[in-house]
Amino acid sequence: MPPVQGLRMSDAAGALLAGVDWAAVAILTPLVGGAAAFVLPNRARAIGVAASGATAAAAVALVWLIATGGPYDLAVGGWSAPLGIRLAADGLSAALLGMTNLVGASVAVHVALTGRATKNDPEAGVAAWGFWPLWLLLLAGLNALYLSADIFNLYVTLEMVGLSAVGLAALSGKADAFKAAMRYLLVGIIASLVYLLGVTLLYAQYGVLDLATLRQVMIPAPATQLAMVAMLAALAMKSALFPLHGWLPPAHGNATAPVSALLSALVVKASLYIAVRLWLDLFEPTGVGAGAVATVLGILGACAVLWGGLQALIAKRLKLVVAYSTVAQVGYLFMCFPLWAGGREALTAFVYLAVAHAFAKSALFLACEQVQRALGDDQMSSLSRPELPGAVKITFALAAVSLVGLPPSGGFIGKWLLLDSTLLHGPTVWTVAVLCGTLLSAAAMARVLARFFAPEEQAVAQDLVVGDAASWRFSLTPLLLAAAAVGIGLLGAWPAELVNVGETVQ
Amino acid sequence: MSGAWLPIVVLSISLIAAPLIFATAERRVALRTTINLCAAVLKLGLVAYLTWQVAFEGARYAWRWPMAAGSDLVLQVDPLALLFLSLSAGLWLLTTIYAIGYLEDAPHRSRFFGFFSLCVAATTGIALAGNLYTFLIFYELLTLATYPLVVHRQTPEALRGGRIYLAYTLTGGMLLLVGTVWLGSAAGSLDFVTAGNPALASVDPITLTAIFALLLAGLGVKAALFPAHGWLPQAMVAPAPVSALLHAVAVVKAGAFGIIRVVEEVFGIALTVKLGLALPLAGLAAFTIIYGSLQALRQDDLKRRLAYSTVSQVSYIVLGAALFSPLALIGALMHLVHQGLMKITLFMCAGNIAEAVHLYKVSDLDGIGRRLPWTMTAFTVAALGMIGVPPLAGFVSKWYLAAGGIDDQNAWVVLVLLASSGLNALYLLPILHRAWFKAPTAATAGAASGRLEIKWTLLAPPLVTAALVIGVGLFANAPFSPLSWARLIATGEIPRLPEGLIR
Repeated sequence: MPPVQGLRMSDAAGALLAGVDWAAVAILTPLVGGAAAFVLPNRARAIGVAASGATAAAAVALVWLIATGGPYDLAVGGWSAPLGIRLAADGLSAALLGMTNLVGASVAVHVALTGRATKNDPEAGVAAWGFWPLWLLLLAGLNALYLSADIFNLYVTLEMVGLSAVGLAALSGKADAFKAAMRYLLVGIIASLVYLLGVTLLYAQYGVLDLATLRQVMIPAPATQLAMVAMLAALAMKSALFPLHGWLPPAHGNATAPVSALLSALVVKASLYIAVRLWLDLFEPTGVGAGAVATVLGILGACAVLWGGLQALIAKRLKLVVAYSTVAQVGYLFMCFPLWAGGREALTAFVYLAVAHAFAKSALFLACEQVQRALGDDQMSSLSRPELPGAVKITFALAAVSLVGLPPSGGFIGKWLLLDSTLLHGPTVWTVAVLCGTLLSAAAMARVLARFFAPEEQAVAQDLVVGDAASWRFSLTPLLLAAAAVGIGLLGAWPAELVNVGETVQ
Repeated sequence: MSGAWLPIVVLSISLIAAPLIFATAERRVALRTTINLCAAVLKLGLVAYLTWQVAFEGARYAWRWPMAAGSDLVLQVDPLALLFLSLSAGLWLLTTIYAIGYLEDAPHRSRFFGFFSLCVAATTGIALAGNLYTFLIFYELLTLATYPLVVHRQTPEALRGGRIYLAYTLTGGMLLLVGTVWLGSAAGSLDFVTAGNPALASVDPITLTAIFALLLAGLGVKAALFPAHGWLPQAMVAPAPVSALLHAVAVVKAGAFGIIRVVEEVFGIALTVKLGLALPLAGLAAFTIIYGSLQALRQDDLKRRLAYSTVSQVSYIVLGAALFSPLALIGALMHLVHQGLMKITLFMCAGNIAEAVHLYKVSDLDGIGRRLPWTMTAFTVAALGMIGVPPLAGFVSKWYLAAGGIDDQNAWVVLVLLASSGLNALYLLPILHRAWFKAPTAATAGAASGRLEIKWTLLAPPLVTAALVIGVGLFANAPFSPLSWARLIATGEIPRLPEGLIR
């Protein structure tokens, strides 16, 4: 595959970049940082921000190298597959890796910024001792996941991600959050076991775990198909695909805001990515996965779009609106499955929708925190109160533009590509589902935004921490993230080219 | 090409003004007014320069930015773009002056003027769009930027109007999006090409018909074509400057302008006729013309009457675009400008009446001419222009439309125009009669508090536009008049100007 056009740098800088194994840095830095933050809780914040920033820098370097030099492939310790562990990344992994690290680092900065502002308020913010080690473990898991090239490593990293995510979800200390986290844990464990069952089945049949090797030997035997169904079902459960989404709104709606942002923007994408990776690299090319399986996933995706949109429209709490919108957005991503047979367009749509959603959704959840602090609750009916800072409104408006898929946002590019794909390769009802979903999410977002213009009530006579909640520390990161969600659409054509680096599907 | 950056500069002026105004503190009136007026004047100057270059040097400017999906973002300056651009730039300046006076001491002015600028930026983008993709981007931006203006008063009625507005326009935008995506994948090109994009020739007629229907449905919502006109009277809850902007420049014009672009420069009128789509479109436009006028007759609320009049008048533009005749197209293009001038005058006058004597119903306006003589003079000029009294603006465009109908062997168009003019007279003349010839009531008899009947910021803009209504009709053949500019465009799109009837 030709590297991405238009990205150039001097040879010296290129050599310098290529001299370091950035993939290893991106995995090891957060691991070491997480351990350090656990040992030194008083320094946790500084360590956490430094480690997140360094990891993001390493990831960006890696993405750059992939964009300019082609796919990344490393046999760890010089042992090649099937004996050793292989690390690999193509354009798809690179795009999601970049997304994870940029959004993750932004959220980390946000937590550090607001943590300082709320020092005197033990109830507010996240518990620093728990957040930083868990977040860095999560980050290491995510980075390793996107770089893994065998089905067992994918399982290990998925577990890492799942367990640290549960820990994060429980951090707020509220009873509701604890209950939701327990449910989340249960779902995660069941899904992991089912996935592991699939891995075991495949290993028993073929004796290899490496994706590339498996691809050469796999045949559409019944046991293989059973493995595929198990793995896909497990991943669908972890990604909250309708009708297995029940755990998501309470878990995301009750966690603290930065955690909700991370869970919704990043964690859901990890399991989705594995599903895509397995489908594109294994099941589809070897003929194990029939079109019918993809169609089922697509139909469930369409149902998720409609159901999630409807629930978001009638939810009474702001955080639930945002959480149900994630259910709908996951639906769009699954709708890409039956369209992949038609070409790479749907994959680019997938990446755009996923990345734009990550930025927009993290912005929304972080903005929810400010709403909560300014108004005391996040009921929809409270949103028209005049205490709400203007920056929150702008953040919501920008993020909504991207989530609904209005131009010129990243979400719009994704929706355009998706519509194009459905028109070319799908039945008409597919297009109609996308449109209905879009209208539903537009209505849900308009319902939130219209509140900002509602008749102004008299300011409730109660002492609110307005000065604190209106601080730029709370609004800066969400605003930047939301602006990025819109700006992604204007980046030009190179992200689409990046996705196609190392194309393995014919 | 040298000057390729000019289109982006024109766009940026109002695009940059918007965040600056948002950031201005509510009480910094002078600063905000300065930013507003500087931006508007700067833009008008730049548009004048561009017009000069395009007219005399034959210059064309284009600016491209690659996008990941669909097509490039293209902003280009061509005669058709300039027609709409100069209308929006000129009326932006006047409406801004008017709004500054109208909203004096009202709350949320930074928000208002910020979105006002954003709205004009979107209109500029629509004018400059070099392909349907770019057009779509700014068309949606316009929807978003106008919503806060419609609900500006934040009353329950305003919110209801806004909700209806959003429901209509977002659905329309969705249909337009599907049509555009489909066209892009079927034809491989979304460019606007004079006399039609040749890439469409290879697409099968059924697909083209479906795409045309989708695009027109999407654009018809903003252009208030029957049956998608329902939002327009509801959006009347907005403050007067917003209604003026919505009706004359921004929203309905964006729809009408889009229809012209699609019919003339995407499909091409020849292909539209060949597909058998031109006549249904013309029929729908004709129906909307009559329907809007009949509805206007039944309204007692002045702004609602004017709103239904817009429904009717904007369809003149669509009708002209749907006829296969350069004369009709000239009429349509001219009416784009003329209707803007006349309607903005009427709305600003309605705003003045509301502001000075707090009257909103036609039946209350007895003798208002004595209380607000200059305002009602401007109103009278614009109303007579709407009816089509020679030599005012409306007469010239109706004349060309009628001639185009005859040229296209669709003589029924003349009947429609005559009927509509009669209806226009029926719903506008009674207002003039009440204003000038009936005895003042208690509400209209009071005297103005100052030397002028109302603040000069509220009086000057409608007087200027009323003068323009006379000017563009009287000096229709002058260079740079809407007529000569429309002729320049139309002869490019349909290169056969018939002899005889009109030279």
